[in-house]
Amino acid sequence: MLLMKKMAVLKSHGLFDIVLEMRGGASLSLTSLTAHELSELLDKRELSSKELTVAHLERIGSVDDKVKAFTTLTAEHALLQAEEIDKKRVHGEKLSPLAGIPMALKDNMCTRGIRTTCSSKILEDFVPPYDATVTEKLNSAGTVLLGKCNMDEFAMGSSTENSGFFATRNPHDLNAVPGGSSGGSAAAVAAQEAVFALGSDTGGSIRLPASFCGVVGLKPTYGCVSRYGLIAYASSLDQIGPLTRDMTDCALVMSAIAGHDPKDSTSAPMDIPDYSKYLVNNVKGMKIGLPKEYFGAGIDPQVLAYLQQAIGKLEEMGAICEEVSLPHTMYALPAYYIIAPAEASSNLARYDGVQYGLRVEAEDIVSMYCKTRSQGFGDEVKRRIMLGTYALSSGYYDAYYMKALKVRTLVKRDFDHVFENYDCLLTPTSPTVAFNHGEKADDPLTMYLSDICTIPVNLAGIPSLSLPFGQVNGRPVGLQLIGKAFDEGTLLRVGYSLEQSTNLTKPLPALKGGSRA
Amino acid sequence: MSQKYETVIGLEIHVELKTATKIFCPCPNEFGGEPNTHVCPVCLGLPGVMPVFNKRVLEFAVKAGLALSCEIASYSKFDRKNYYYPDLPKNYQVSQYDLPICKLGSVEINNNGEVKTIGITRIHMEEDAGKLLHGGATITSSNYSRVDLNRTGVPLIEIVSEPDLRSAEEARAYMEKMKAILEYLDVSDVKMEQGSLRCDANISLRLVGAEKLGTKAEIKNMNSFRSLQRAIEYEVERQTEILDEGGRIVQETRSWDEEKGITVSMRSKEEAHDYRYLPEPDLVPIIVDPKWVNELRASLPELPDARKKRFVKELGLSEYDAGIITGSRALADYFDEVMIKYNDPKTVANWVMGELLRLINAGDMEITENKIKPDQFAALLQLQADGTISGKMAKTVFEEMFATGKGPETIVKEKGMVQISDEGALATLIEKVIAANPRSVEDYKAGKEKAIGFLVGQIMKETKGQANPGVVNKLLIEKMK
Repeated sequence: MLLMKKMAVLKSHGLFDIVLEMRGGASLSLTSLTAHELSELLDKRELSSKELTVAHLERIGSVDDKVKAFTTLTAEHALLQAEEIDKKRVHGEKLSPLAGIPMALKDNMCTRGIRTTCSSKILEDFVPPYDATVTEKLNSAGTVLLGKCNMDEFAMGSSTENSGFFATRNPHDLNAVPGGSSGGSAAAVAAQEAVFALGSDTGGSIRLPASFCGVVGLKPTYGCVSRYGLIAYASSLDQIGPLTRDMTDCALVMSAIAGHDPKDSTSAPMDIPDYSKYLVNNVKGMKIGLPKEYFGAGIDPQVLAYLQQAIGKLEEMGAICEEVSLPHTMYALPAYYIIAPAEASSNLARYDGVQYGLRVEAEDIVSMYCKTRSQGFGDEVKRRIMLGTYALSSGYYDAYYMKALKVRTLVKRDFDHVFENYDCLLTPTSPTVAFNHGEKADDPLTMYLSDICTIPVNLAGIPSLSLPFGQVNGRPVGLQLIGKAFDEGTLLRVGYSLEQSTNLTKPLPALKGGSRA
Repeated sequence: MSQKYETVIGLEIHVELKTATKIFCPCPNEFGGEPNTHVCPVCLGLPGVMPVFNKRVLEFAVKAGLALSCEIASYSKFDRKNYYYPDLPKNYQVSQYDLPICKLGSVEINNNGEVKTIGITRIHMEEDAGKLLHGGATITSSNYSRVDLNRTGVPLIEIVSEPDLRSAEEARAYMEKMKAILEYLDVSDVKMEQGSLRCDANISLRLVGAEKLGTKAEIKNMNSFRSLQRAIEYEVERQTEILDEGGRIVQETRSWDEEKGITVSMRSKEEAHDYRYLPEPDLVPIIVDPKWVNELRASLPELPDARKKRFVKELGLSEYDAGIITGSRALADYFDEVMIKYNDPKTVANWVMGELLRLINAGDMEITENKIKPDQFAALLQLQADGTISGKMAKTVFEEMFATGKGPETIVKEKGMVQISDEGALATLIEKVIAANPRSVEDYKAGKEKAIGFLVGQIMKETKGQANPGVVNKLLIEKMK
């Protein structure tokens, strides 16, 4: 096997500094391998989890001062987890395919005994006494937690510039943003600091950074992955999903984290599918809709060219691609900016300085609330709390919140309608590639428009995948596939088929460009 | 004073349900406990936690709805009621807003014999808040307050009445009826002093004959039936005075001050919270299966009104007696258990309402704290009936039983209280008393029947109360013929 040979070479030269020639001249190191490749090596004892973990910690040490993907590193914890898995492997215990694989979690997923900040000053020192369900599931799968990833504060943003601590950089071009809000997670995977990461997606927060950073990102169907322990932004829209280097890893991670959770009433009562069975290189006869509202003005011509190339490829493989219409698309963004802030205004009310988190002392309780929240939250969080509070206020509820819920129903109905005749939809994840740092930071409305292609999907609660497909000036392009509720399988199949038939889906990071800010 | 104004009262009752665990987490639902010991990440409202609805709460709420003749919603949901207060860790309360679990019910009250039907607007489910332990008298005057979250997440139902009540007495009768029904359903401890039954009153006045409701004040913080009645009486007086002076009632929330016996303003309508309700996105809608509701309906226990009717009809008790005994399920159950062993409803009723309630009320106790077992109670009545002890002795024995929990035979033996009924043993004594009191004998023979009472009393005195008065009476009459 090619992989075994590669490993032999790696080992003979010492583990970590060696690069190999592969994929038409691109370089490869241990940290560039996928989970399924590494799993094979771990199983064959060609490699220990500890060695693999050390490699990733060293990689983080050498690149994270440029990328700034992590808010918290858990090196000691990671090495202990790795050693434990190595012991189990030596004892011949049956292990999951992800056992011993180093990964990272977005910093809004609770980790017992490990600080969980939501990249907010208000939770800067918050250490949860419990694990999120995804944390628990990945622990029992034997993964190794390297650290917690930076994000837009409370997942509100599209560039990871809204972090209360620092901005994360795009590993493909350090001048560019990584997208958001799961920018740290996507950047960590793209920069080979973690084999995979989890993100959360409320209006595109997995897919946009996946697109900008050239990795695979899946927002599963609402209810597919437990939200227990995910610090809520907008509960009716939030969903956890994987950020990986390829489709196979996406399926592996999904199999580990999906499924009903008695602790989350909104999680679907479903058996956990083996998502790997959908990794089939065959789209023959599949009907793929191309919603015209996503291909209109504003789309970068070079992004459009890659999309057309992908459509050509799918047709070449026997899929039928046709234009369709989702007529209420234009109303999705404004509806989202009522519903999400409304829920956020309530979800974030608990950060008041009373029980945990930041407290700014003051002469009385109301002043303490005001000072704590004024100093603890960043501008974007405050903006959305105010928007949401206003939308729910007596006398405005019907005009805003109720109306937005009605729009939400119409958006969902649009999708239901086209899915009567199509297996899935293909769109750009974003009309453009990653923008520059600071380019939109002072203009919230322009920033909000970054999510124009991803937001309708969250309102409808359906699954959607972003797959890298080419690069424009070194910045990756993302294709978005949208599927029927609980039909992640079709998305995996189409994504896998594209991945197998082109060399455009695995852009390697340059870690160059610009200066560190 | 002739009635110029009509009093209009609606009550909002909060009832803590006695489920084993809290409404949205597995923490024990127990009163008291060291502060912050009955808590977990969910009821503490830590970041990222999610509620899981306890189905027993739904069962209890539906039972209450059925007992109050409500419509049970087949589709219901939870909402968030947003307000900031340090005893509310999420700064929102999970409650029900526009789709409560029950609506449009009614209950019959009996206010000193006057029967009246009171409408129930709605019943909804919600979580209780925690408690603040202020360093000073109030939250504003304290340097610090401590927060105890044991009560956070205790399940509540809120029962809202129509504004059908017309006096403090009716309000009290309504509350007492609610307490009885909830006790019968076994869904709550219904202890006002522990806060498991709480009540707010909306009170307004209008000119007699007017249709439009007057401006109301909402009164909070009434912790007993007595304070409910006093608070309403005070408030009616206060509003009457204002209206008589040509003033206007301000819509506001007022707090009852038990010590001063007055209500004081808490906040005006302008200062009222805008709760910014929104559907709780962390919980799914509640779909109620009508089949399940029918099963619950069939399993409802006999309720106070039905039991009262049965006691009147089948046991021949008076309306009044039946009303008192069935006013508490524990008391009625106790009555029934005594009746199993001693089937004389009238006597049992007299003893229960007389001696038992007297001692319980004097000791400020619950029926269930009573030490006398029903079979001991029955045995005592039997001892009296077969003449072993006199009625007077029986009362003494009863007090002893109540205090110590000992059986009646034991007490009678210990105190040597056995009644003397043997005619031979009493004959000599009777002759002696007759000889010593010729005057009384004469009076009796002259037709003054009351004179015999004096003679009986003399014999009881001689026997230290142990003579059987019936036997003594009979023997005296025979001897004086």
